[in-house]
Amino acid sequence: MTEPTTHQRIRFYQTGTHTVGNRLLDETKRTVQASMARANSITSGHRACQGCGEALGARYALDSVMRATEGQMVAVNATGCLEVFTTPYPETSWQIPWLHSLFGNAPAVATGVAAALRVKGKGHVRVVAQGGDGGTADIGFGCLSGMFERNDDVLYICYDNEGYMNTGVQRSSATPPTARTSTTPALGDDPGNVFGTGKNLPLIALAHNIPYVATASVADLHDLEAKVAKAMGFRGARYIHIMVPCPLGWGSASDATIRIARLAVESGFFPLFEAEYGEITAANKIRRQVPVSEYLKLQRRFAHLFKRGPDGEEDRKGLDRLQQMADANIARFNLLSDGAAQGTSP
Amino acid sequence: MSQPLPFAVTLDPGSSLANQTGSWRTERPLYLDRLPPCNNACPAGENIQQWLYHAEEGDYFTAWQKLMEDNPLPSVMGRVCYHPCEDACNRVELDEAVGIHAVERFLGKQAWEHGWNPAFAAEPSGKRVLVVGAGPSGLAAAYHLTRMGHVVTIREAGPMAGGMMRFGIPKYRLPREVLDYEIQRILDMGVVLQLNSKVEDLEAAFSNEGFDAVFVAVGAHLAKRIDIPANAAAGILDAVSLLRDIETGAEPPRLGRRVIVYGGGNTAMDVARTAKRLGVDEPMIVYRRSRKEMPAHEFEAAEAEEEGVMIHWLRTIKQIDATTFTVEKMEIDASGRPQPTGAFETLEADTLILALGQDADTAFLERVEGAEVAGDGTVSVNEQMMTGRAGLFAGGDMVPSERTATVAVGHGKKAARHIDAWLRGESYRKPEKNEIAAFDHLNTWYYDDAPQTVQPALNLIRRQSGFEEVQRGLTDDNALFEARRCLSCGNCFECDNCYGICPDNAVEKLGAGNRFEFKYDYCKGCGLCAAECPSGAIKMEPEDI
Repeated sequence: MTEPTTHQRIRFYQTGTHTVGNRLLDETKRTVQASMARANSITSGHRACQGCGEALGARYALDSVMRATEGQMVAVNATGCLEVFTTPYPETSWQIPWLHSLFGNAPAVATGVAAALRVKGKGHVRVVAQGGDGGTADIGFGCLSGMFERNDDVLYICYDNEGYMNTGVQRSSATPPTARTSTTPALGDDPGNVFGTGKNLPLIALAHNIPYVATASVADLHDLEAKVAKAMGFRGARYIHIMVPCPLGWGSASDATIRIARLAVESGFFPLFEAEYGEITAANKIRRQVPVSEYLKLQRRFAHLFKRGPDGEEDRKGLDRLQQMADANIARFNLLSDGAAQGTSP
Repeated sequence: MSQPLPFAVTLDPGSSLANQTGSWRTERPLYLDRLPPCNNACPAGENIQQWLYHAEEGDYFTAWQKLMEDNPLPSVMGRVCYHPCEDACNRVELDEAVGIHAVERFLGKQAWEHGWNPAFAAEPSGKRVLVVGAGPSGLAAAYHLTRMGHVVTIREAGPMAGGMMRFGIPKYRLPREVLDYEIQRILDMGVVLQLNSKVEDLEAAFSNEGFDAVFVAVGAHLAKRIDIPANAAAGILDAVSLLRDIETGAEPPRLGRRVIVYGGGNTAMDVARTAKRLGVDEPMIVYRRSRKEMPAHEFEAAEAEEEGVMIHWLRTIKQIDATTFTVEKMEIDASGRPQPTGAFETLEADTLILALGQDADTAFLERVEGAEVAGDGTVSVNEQMMTGRAGLFAGGDMVPSERTATVAVGHGKKAARHIDAWLRGESYRKPEKNEIAAFDHLNTWYYDDAPQTVQPALNLIRRQSGFEEVQRGLTDDNALFEARRCLSCGNCFECDNCYGICPDNAVEKLGAGNRFEFKYDYCKGCGLCAAECPSGAIKMEPEDI
């Protein structure tokens, strides 16, 4: 595996190898989000919480699709936060053609939209389906798997905030072990969500051998945009899984959303990789490695992991197992480059 | 008949723009400019962050003009300034300080190559100012006063302009054609320079010649002496006179094969390195304290040692017999002072050069009523750099302060502002300083690692045998690289992070050069923009609720 070749990092030591924009770079080489002419697929006035990672991730992804398709696209939305906070009747935040049906059928609806467009001779109009982790990994999973298996021409984007946040922070099959939710309280010998459950959706998508699978993060805009643009270069079923921190459900500060997403990547807890036709083709190297506790301690849903027992000692059991998960990702996706700096908090 | 629609029948879709989520906010983001630590540390008051900003674009002309607003001698300063800006630079915490002096020097060279002149557009004021002394302070004051529209005459007692920049700093650190060029550029603006014109009667300058104000900056060049019992066969010289003679004399002084320089300041290092270049086999430095306490900069001592200067730390000279020097070993006591130990040793040398500091020769001021001259020759000035005599200002080494060329240039600018205000019957009020952009205001994730570009140093053999410049300049390529290492601490550099990162599209981008605006109707106050601003140019303030 190599560093992704989808985009080249242009090094400006001040003005942003990693920032959104860069005044020294040619306009055409800047990110979509840096552009004054970006689509703003979701406009202001939506009712997402302060610091919502999903509102951000969805705008990042859809604005990219808008640029890649020159505005020729339709979005289908599963039920979930994204749908609720953008469309409280009779207002809408969407500035793109947008369709919502049910919680569990977004992939099937998207398949239908794509088929209808093809029949009407509008095959150049591209279809994106999107949902949260609940609509994707749990409720719409059958429809999604079918869409993959039939290789329907849809890009499905999952905004993963690791639970049912809109309905009161219930556990989903994307909730990580030990996380406290309203259905997995931090009580008893194994507080929070238990180990050994849940599913890894990007790898499940990969196992369908569809043309393109990628993971992305709101903390790495350049990478996210490049992956979306690349996905739009394929026909057939594609899947992008974007981690979107949720200040409400994760119990984090509203200004820490990006930082938390960054720490998830830098600790190896959320690996960024891409795959084509069932083969992993690239993974992003960790830039400044941190222990997974750096990521966890900013979130109240993991606060019980840091509680000291009566003997004044931290119970490292949960922390150690989560660190093992991160280490396993690092080994599996080969996330460390030889010169990776250790231990500095990004 | 038209009636308002009853609620809960099918409504036309509307935009969420009707929902002004700004009402959720408990904290409000604000753009601000914090003071970069480099600017804060610069004795000449340069806006370093700003001129680097232009240099990053490759717009060296604008960068140079910005620099020239504060300092008329970039090529000189880029070489001889001890760059306190770089000691303060936040980038030190990441890898290494930005090589500010190297970029400054590069800009100076660009100006030379392209024949740039400083842009200024002041109305002639009709006022005349006399500047006494053509050192860095006097030249800077003359330059700034000219920019402000006044007519300036400089009178210099010596045969050449430049002061200590010429007579104190050896040419391997500051080539004379560079100095001459930057001085000439000031003269070309209309400043009149009168050499070999010692000013004895200041009152006459006011009353007989009609100058409206006078700025004296005659420096400090009387070498301090010390009594050593000597049966002198060895010649005893002082460092300042020696450096001056080398500059003005046709014949290099005879120093012999072995030379002892007495002192631990930058002048001691300069004179020892100069001696080496004049053919002395064994230049030595004797200094009564240790390396840790020496007033010289570490790089000066290191370069001297590289070139073959032997430094004897913790020694005082007790006696001289012919060419034999008896020195006593010292030790540093708990309070940091050197104390004699009673242990002695001897060194052999043909010449002793004293480099023990200088006093100001300000006897001519004692005749001026109101001017207060201290025992060491320094002159008291108030906050406005004015002496006790109205209209008579003073600066540079002759007033109590740190004695460097950059401080002197800063004094020149400061004095010019106060003189200008005084001539208008006003008083200059220094703008309030912005809060400092400390390292913890930055989000350094967004910057890449990039070590300082090393200036190629002149090959050692050539350094030991000639007066060629030791430090070489940057090329076009690496000057751009170096400028782009600036973190722009505390000042927006239009990286678009706030614009991109806002989940509520509540940041408006105003286009190149115009920065951004918050749309407070929609900003929910989450604080992401402030947290993810690389340069610390956004802060959160509580709302009144």
